[in-house]
Amino acid sequence: MPHPLTLTVNGTGREDAVEPRLLLVHYLREVCGLTGTHVGCDTSQCGACTVLVDGAPVKSCTMFALQAEGCRITTVEGLAPAGGGLHPLQTAFWEQHGLQCGFCTPGFLMAATALLAENPDPTDEEIGRGLEGNLCRCTGYVNIRRAVRAAAAAMRAGAEPAATAVVGG
Amino acid sequence: MAVSQMIGARIQRREDPRLITGHGRFIEDRTLPGMVHLAVVRSPHPHARIVSIDTAAAGAAPGVLAVLTAKEFHTVLSGTMPVAPAFAPDKKYVPPRFPIAEQEVCFQGEPVAVVVASERALAADAVDLVHVEYEPLPAIVDPEAAMHPGSVKAHTDGPDNIGWDTTFAGGDIEAAFAKAEVRVKERILQQRLAPTSMETRGVLAQYSPFDERLTIWLGSQNPHFIRFFVSMSMGMPESAVRVVAEDVGGGFGGKISPYPEDYLVPAAAKLLGRPVRWIETRTESIQTTTHGRGQVFEAEVAARRDGTLLGLRLTQVLDLGAYHGTFGAFQACAGLMAGGVYRWEAVEARSVGVLTNKVPTDPYRGAGRPEATHVCERMVDRLAQELGMDPAELRRRNFAREFPFTNNFGLVYDSGNYDGTLDRALELADYPALRERQAEARRAGRLVGIGISTWVEICGFGPAAPTAGATGGIALVESAQVRVLPTGSASVFVGTQAQGQGHDTTFAQIVADTLGMPLETIELRHGDTAEGTGFGCGTYGSRSLSVGGMAVQQAAVKVREKARQLAAHLLEADPDDLVFEQGRFAVQGSPATGKSIQEVALAAYGGSLPSGMEHGLEAVSYFDPSNWVWPFGAHVCLVEVDPETGAVRIEQYVGVDDCGTVINPMIVEGQVQGGVAQAIAQALYEEVVYDGESGQLLTGTLLDYLVPTMNEIPDMTLDRTVTPSPVNPLGVKGIGEAGTIAATPAVINAVCDALSPLGIHHVDMPASPDRLWRLMQEARP
Ligand code: FES
Ligand code: FES
Repeated sequence: MPHPLTLTVNGTGREDAVEPRLLLVHYLREVCGLTGTHVGCDTSQCGACTVLVDGAPVKSCTMFALQAEGCRITTVEGLAPAGGGLHPLQTAFWEQHGLQCGFCTPGFLMAATALLAENPDPTDEEIGRGLEGNLCRCTGYVNIRRAVRAAAAAMRAGAEPAATAVVGG
Repeated sequence: MAVSQMIGARIQRREDPRLITGHGRFIEDRTLPGMVHLAVVRSPHPHARIVSIDTAAAGAAPGVLAVLTAKEFHTVLSGTMPVAPAFAPDKKYVPPRFPIAEQEVCFQGEPVAVVVASERALAADAVDLVHVEYEPLPAIVDPEAAMHPGSVKAHTDGPDNIGWDTTFAGGDIEAAFAKAEVRVKERILQQRLAPTSMETRGVLAQYSPFDERLTIWLGSQNPHFIRFFVSMSMGMPESAVRVVAEDVGGGFGGKISPYPEDYLVPAAAKLLGRPVRWIETRTESIQTTTHGRGQVFEAEVAARRDGTLLGLRLTQVLDLGAYHGTFGAFQACAGLMAGGVYRWEAVEARSVGVLTNKVPTDPYRGAGRPEATHVCERMVDRLAQELGMDPAELRRRNFAREFPFTNNFGLVYDSGNYDGTLDRALELADYPALRERQAEARRAGRLVGIGISTWVEICGFGPAAPTAGATGGIALVESAQVRVLPTGSASVFVGTQAQGQGHDTTFAQIVADTLGMPLETIELRHGDTAEGTGFGCGTYGSRSLSVGGMAVQQAAVKVREKARQLAAHLLEADPDDLVFEQGRFAVQGSPATGKSIQEVALAAYGGSLPSGMEHGLEAVSYFDPSNWVWPFGAHVCLVEVDPETGAVRIEQYVGVDDCGTVINPMIVEGQVQGGVAQAIAQALYEEVVYDGESGQLLTGTLLDYLVPTMNEIPDMTLDRTVTPSPVNPLGVKGIGEAGTIAATPAVINAVCDALSPLGIHHVDMPASPDRLWRLMQEARP
């Protein structure tokens, strides 16, 4: 039996009716059509599905859609500023070659957004701890670390702060 | 060639804008109207006879459209799944494999039925309702035990478990060993690994009964091969089948060969008359996507006391799993490459492929070459230890130095400078200081080790003659089509298929350079068999640039030469008097008189062509290299082992590689970083484990199969030397597998060096805390 669900996704209010067993990740992908959030595992290890729920990073495969009732969800599609352009993390991942196949990238971007919102100047160790819930098989993480450092520096120097994107409207 | 602007430039990737904004096109992102979902019923037993399959309950479950077994699939599919000759053409036993089991299941996870339902969750629910009655049979798990006559058989109908038994003889091994002043011997394991691309496999198929056409979308490293095999099995003209791979979330060898689902999903689409999609779960992926490595080596080295290498003798026992992987015998090349970067009087390698009741093995990043390098580099270090010689010095004493260099099996290394990469790596690592630091640490009772690995690989598959034999008919040449449109932009079609390697960027750089066109006006197309040339062989074996990229370059040169003819006609000049610079043909001596490539393109579709010239500005090229290419390098690793816990910490990592001419240094560095990370993963963390008795997979999730996180992978100091290859016009080699080949021995040599004060000479992989702790317990008095 579908249940009603009201929430905000990337700044837009939505009302849907969903099955209780529908996971948030499948809701975002299949109901909202936001396929940037990926599924890479079935045991909550890979982090490809990471989104922000009221600003906090959440593996959207670990949560039912109905548990997000009333929440503000930000997915990778909502990360860039509404007026166009890229979020500093997106720019940094591009410039530092922080992705190869790109499958893990949305999850890393969202987890890193949350990390920098909390800690604008993380050490390498803090970056590692902040992103240890995300797996990448292609890059060896070296350039992801670099990208996060570069984005942190850019944001401290006044590039669009992550906080606006975290709130997502 | 004109002065290069694009080749060698650190250009940001053109693939990235869609991928960093969530607009990639991966297989699970593609849906079709009316699409239904397939889920696979898999054997829970490693070996069993199928007594009966009762589909009634599943068929009656909500949303279920069909439950299909081998019986139904036989009406649409015929033949058996392909097995290439590769490096073991004389196969002994090749169990026939239909994409779905009929009477006997031979590994856990083998398909026995499929359910098709209106929703994915309903299909998954109904899988549990298919009742299969099995009669369990004894399973054979250990490949060495499986070699014994009288062993349990992986297939009850098989004569035994021997898939092949081939010996490569390179020189007089007895004579070499007769001269030995010192011998070292070691048994070296290569554990089974799961490729674990972050995107699992997936297949979507649509069959149109009215015009009898089939379209398959899937995550693949080589869509043309999939079309080749699936069209044959379905009895369809190859031209009526279209295979499309869009963005592919990593492959690493796990998306090369055709899989059962590549046949079952299209067949189900035909049987049901609906688009059908299957997406592999991660558990299914670890359970059924081909594994890599899974080998045991026995190796012995003969040498003189001064460190001169004489002979290398080895046996590779390769765990095939329950069936031959399509390209599984490729891994037998480990024997042919086991001599590495050194001069030997003789090398002899025996390779035995053995069937067991496990997932088939097939190429995984490096496929045979990491194994060769690991054996060779471990043995050289063992010898250095035995002789009390510095491992760098021992290596230098034996390097091949004259190129082209012909190895013991007649393989010709195209170019190299092994001293150059080793010297640079030792310089970057400050080797003398590292040794001092180690000595100091040892005095303080700490376990610090330094590992060196000097490597070479064979890659860039082609050439046509040997590879056509190895695949069973199709030569691994590569094709490209370059088409300049009337308004001066270009479409470039290639037969390779990137999974993160950045071909959209690097191949476009080659075209931009050759045709003098802006990068933004060049569109790279790959992955769709309905576009471009007749055949492409895909992306694996570090072949895309040195074979596919060269096809692109050659096609672009053909276009440029046609454009030159036309420009000469338009300018009323002799073609030989034209200079081509910055995308413009100008008459020598009067630079103001010229035509841009864009003007020439428009003219190529116009009304004033010279007589005899056909319209259009496009060309096709197939590139067949004259030899393989042979990248090489030297890696140095510093580790510290915790004497209490056995945990290994990588303190420093240096890699100096040489892949000839570099098109885009940023992408080359990324490939090395990712490759080194996968090698560290093998050296320290990952292993597919089956229970030795029951044959049950014990590492079926990412909880148990330890893919490293960022915390486990250190920053690396990377550098390059450039020794161009004489095999192709740009002098390029390959770099996709380099890190994976180089780094496992560097790490393990460092771990062994760290533990050597305890009298530990060899450590197998993964060098996990548990394994090291035990070794240290045994070694301590
Ligand atoms: S899909 Fe892997 S953690 Fe959510
Ligand atoms: S870029 Fe491929 S998994 Fe991270």
